[in-house]
Amino acid sequence: MTSEPITEQSVDTYLAGIFREDAGRVLSALIVQLRDFDFAEDALQDAVSAALTAWRRDGLPVNGAAWLLTAARRKAIDRLRRNAVRDAPRNVQAIVDELEQSVAEPEDQQDIPDERLRLIFTCCNPALNQAAQIALTLRTLCGLSTREIARAFLVPEPTMAQRLVRAKGKINKAGIPYQVPEAPHLAARLQAVLATVYLIFNEGYAATDGDSPIRADLCEEAIRLGRLLVRLTPQAEAGGLLALMLLHDSRRTARHSADGEMIALDAQDRGQWDKARIDEGTRLLRASLGRNRPGPYQVQAAISALHGEAATFAETDWPQIAGLYAALEQMTPSPVVTLNRAVAVSHCGSVEEALQILDSVTEALAGYQPLLAARADFLRRLGRAAAAQTAYRAALELTTNAAERGFLEKRLDTLRLRD
Amino acid sequence: MQYIALIYKDEAIPVDMEPMMQAYGAFNQELVASGSFVAGDALQPVATSTSVRVRDGKTEVTDGPFAETKEQLGGYYLMECENLDQAVEWAAKIPTAQTGTIEVRPIMTYDL
Repeated sequence: MTSEPITEQSVDTYLAGIFREDAGRVLSALIVQLRDFDFAEDALQDAVSAALTAWRRDGLPVNGAAWLLTAARRKAIDRLRRNAVRDAPRNVQAIVDELEQSVAEPEDQQDIPDERLRLIFTCCNPALNQAAQIALTLRTLCGLSTREIARAFLVPEPTMAQRLVRAKGKINKAGIPYQVPEAPHLAARLQAVLATVYLIFNEGYAATDGDSPIRADLCEEAIRLGRLLVRLTPQAEAGGLLALMLLHDSRRTARHSADGEMIALDAQDRGQWDKARIDEGTRLLRASLGRNRPGPYQVQAAISALHGEAATFAETDWPQIAGLYAALEQMTPSPVVTLNRAVAVSHCGSVEEALQILDSVTEALAGYQPLLAARADFLRRLGRAAAAQTAYRAALELTTNAAERGFLEKRLDTLRLRD
Repeated sequence: MQYIALIYKDEAIPVDMEPMMQAYGAFNQELVASGSFVAGDALQPVATSTSVRVRDGKTEVTDGPFAETKEQLGGYYLMECENLDQAVEWAAKIPTAQTGTIEVRPIMTYDL
């Protein structure tokens, strides 16, 4: 115990510090041990109330997080004994025995088990729908409130509350286990976790200045989850995803104009790119590639890293990028990937070839503005002015972004002048 | 925990019977040997189906299934499993999972 005078504020500050650092670990340990999200949250709440009283009276403990975990476990034992748990687990005695064993260990020797990896696999079990996975992950692992998650995803708070209730209900009733999947299934299940984390990131990345700040914060939460995954699993694709998110995030400030309009890669002020993030992302990517388990996130990160390295759009290593898109096409074929490959190929001096690649996905991407804009650009560079003009007009019809409209109109004007 | 795996497939798609029977034979053996098998049956085709409803005391009997769907119920397995992941693992091994859909649902238990 400390010998400083204990003020209410010092207790609150200490508690707040523990929550920032350790709440996820303490809550995860409880959820896994109690096999119930709500019960664990209630037990932790009880422990926090007890802490506020006890610490003000007796001084701050040496290991605040361990103190909270023990207190929460004791509260849980009380509730189970009193049969005061709403959806009591089937094997109450086994859980009580396990809890009693944990609290018997001396507190300062207690290691808070890191159950967060188990928990993230639970929250991202494919038996839960994508929206439920995202909500549960943000609530349990990132500690966001229901209100914050609702605002981040632009849905009413009661809707989000219901979504969480249903998700937890399904975990309970359908017997979704609290464990890391076994070896043969681990890689596939990890892909599902990474996909959920990336969805969270993309939601944040899509946020504009007009949105609530919590939306942009989603990028930071996703990166935090990415760091956790990299720390807890040796899988290369986890590193790939974190690298990808860091590299994308490095360009965040440069992506928006003062008016909140999106600025394309070729027009961004590269001086505004976060060099530290680019370096970290690149280092992480190299480490992941060294594991020799290539995957789509690593490939996408490599592409992003090549952009990050280039001083200007023109100096970008386009041949390598084209090759990487070809690799990505093999792993995760999609017309958008093919479109991106076409653009990269066009910058390698093979605009005719690029146009042919584009033609192969024109039907699949009918009405997709970036395809129309790329088409117009290729035709212009091939000197086919009449066709280019038609193509620019078609692209303009679908272009809402003011900055891009201006850019395309300018291109169209230069073609008209030549007629 | 007990789970039911409901086996759905599109009856209109022809199936090679002999390899299918062999595949199910192998699956049955594996499921039984694991101790997870509780029960299981194939159902006769949906053309043999009859629907029964009682409304306002009147019994209504009609020819056909509960609903006309793209895939029809063709059989089931009742399994005893540790958790959902295990049940899903077995469901994925059911031969019809390759071309149809398996619905996995926990059996309701009542604390009496």
